[in-house]
Amino acid sequence: MKTYEKVIEKIIMISAVMSTISVALITVFIFQSGLPVLAEYGVLDFIFGTTWSPTNGSYGILPLIAGTLAVTLGALVIGIPTGIACAIFLSEILPKKWAKAFKSAIELLAGIPSVVYGFFGLVVIVPAIRNYVLPIYQIFDPDISATGFSILAGAVILAIMILPTIVSISENSITAVPREFKEASLALGANKMETIVKVLIPAASSGILSSIILGMGRAIGETMAVLLITGNMAKVPGSIMDPVATLTGTIAMEMGYASPTHQQALFAVGIILFVIIMLLNIIAQFSMRGLGGKTN
Amino acid sequence: MKKIVSITLISILALGALAGCGPRSGDTGTGNETAGSVVIAGSTSVQPLSEELAAAFMDANSEVSVEVQGGGSGQGIKAIQEKIADFGALSRNVKEEEKAAVTKEIVIAKDGVAVIVNSESKVDNLTIEQIKKIYTGEITNWSEVGGEAATIIVVSREEGSGTRGAFTEITKVLEKNEAGEEIDNTTKDSLVQGSTGAVMQTVATTPNTIGYVSLGALGDTVKTVKVEGVTVSEETVLSGAYKISRPFLYVVGGELTEAAQFFIDFILSEEGQMIVEESGFIPVL
Repeated sequence: MKTYEKVIEKIIMISAVMSTISVALITVFIFQSGLPVLAEYGVLDFIFGTTWSPTNGSYGILPLIAGTLAVTLGALVIGIPTGIACAIFLSEILPKKWAKAFKSAIELLAGIPSVVYGFFGLVVIVPAIRNYVLPIYQIFDPDISATGFSILAGAVILAIMILPTIVSISENSITAVPREFKEASLALGANKMETIVKVLIPAASSGILSSIILGMGRAIGETMAVLLITGNMAKVPGSIMDPVATLTGTIAMEMGYASPTHQQALFAVGIILFVIIMLLNIIAQFSMRGLGGKTN
Repeated sequence: MKKIVSITLISILALGALAGCGPRSGDTGTGNETAGSVVIAGSTSVQPLSEELAAAFMDANSEVSVEVQGGGSGQGIKAIQEKIADFGALSRNVKEEEKAAVTKEIVIAKDGVAVIVNSESKVDNLTIEQIKKIYTGEITNWSEVGGEAATIIVVSREEGSGTRGAFTEITKVLEKNEAGEEIDNTTKDSLVQGSTGAVMQTVATTPNTIGYVSLGALGDTVKTVKVEGVTVSEETVLSGAYKISRPFLYVVGGELTEAAQFFIDFILSEEGQMIVEESGFIPVL
């Protein structure tokens, strides 16, 4: 029995060590491959340069950063209200047996490969934006012309993709709020809406926030879907109807045939992406701690 | 204690993996009568094809080693002049001033790019000059090239793509600037798609688009335009009548070694040309 336990313990330890090593190796590899270009080209020129044209030797990634942030922000603006509303609906309003069916349907969304989302976006969302959203835009600005390949298309698809994450984690944390909170609120004469908005959501806020962070992580890192539908035009966008290129999309698209320097530059793009995600995670964790302190 | 063990383990493994990152030492071919080494240097467009051919050749003939280097078409000429390569690889015809250095030209494959527009477009024919101006952003409206008044939506491939390389080189969208550097002048206002399929899908579903794809990928979902009055097909590319095409050449400066002759025979064999076709180029046999 003792040896059996020891073996299991070792296996678990090796698994833990493996995952740590993977993270360490990937970090070392990305930085080792990308730093030379970053150092040679100048970090500020790299980050704030507005021309991304590797074959001509210009490696300014500001348009790509702007593209990634715009698409992610758009996805959050659409995804967060929808996701939280959906979570409240499932946990508080819908009868239990119906909620189960609804929830598994939403979780099914997470199982669809991202390239399928991309193709769906290319065939359905992009033409829909061109045919239905563009005319609304043209009422205000008749000169605008757009193809549908846009921030908006990327944001809509990403919002759908992050829904399962936001809905299921938020729903769990709302359900996990102690019964007494709700009963006390109702006993004090608050109606259902007041109870949800003033008691349940604040109590579940740390869970809701972490669902948003996970969703945001997915949105920033998503590659295949946005690659197909945002148009990959490396220009700082002026409106949500403009096409953009994203950091991940550019790496995925150009890595295949890139020349050695170009390839290093793409690794440098990876470094920037890495840093952005780290920063967002740190910010999110700090703000979560702040919120957590308030509710406890 | 366990912590120390695992930390040591991590660092050892990490160091081990890093050690693999060092530069690989070059293979040196040992020469006898039947064995030898072949060096190919030149065009980066030909490079992937050369590598495919070299790999297949070396699988069948392990005594001969084939090394493929890049550098550009100009470098291919230079390499045979300086006798550092057996073959210079070119993705264009040999220029007049280079003829002196070349004793033999061998066409190993042809490469062609078709220009496609949305099937609703009224435009049937474009000149190379018009195509160049559309892609550099000088012409922005279809009415300027005989179509209806609508903004042209340019669809391009990603930087580094071979198809983009061929297209920009032949249409002169890729031009030397005053400093002699080759600059890709593709307009910044172009949609970029990362694969032939995505370009086809974009052009098929979006009105007023223009795009380019390699010959093998053409389908009914889009309209193929004539270039300088010539319809694109394998025949017109092979004959040279279709202008957005280019030969892949191997040029030789002196006498071929036995190994080099062996390799070129393989390329021009049925098996070699099959690889050419599989790689998306047009076989010359």
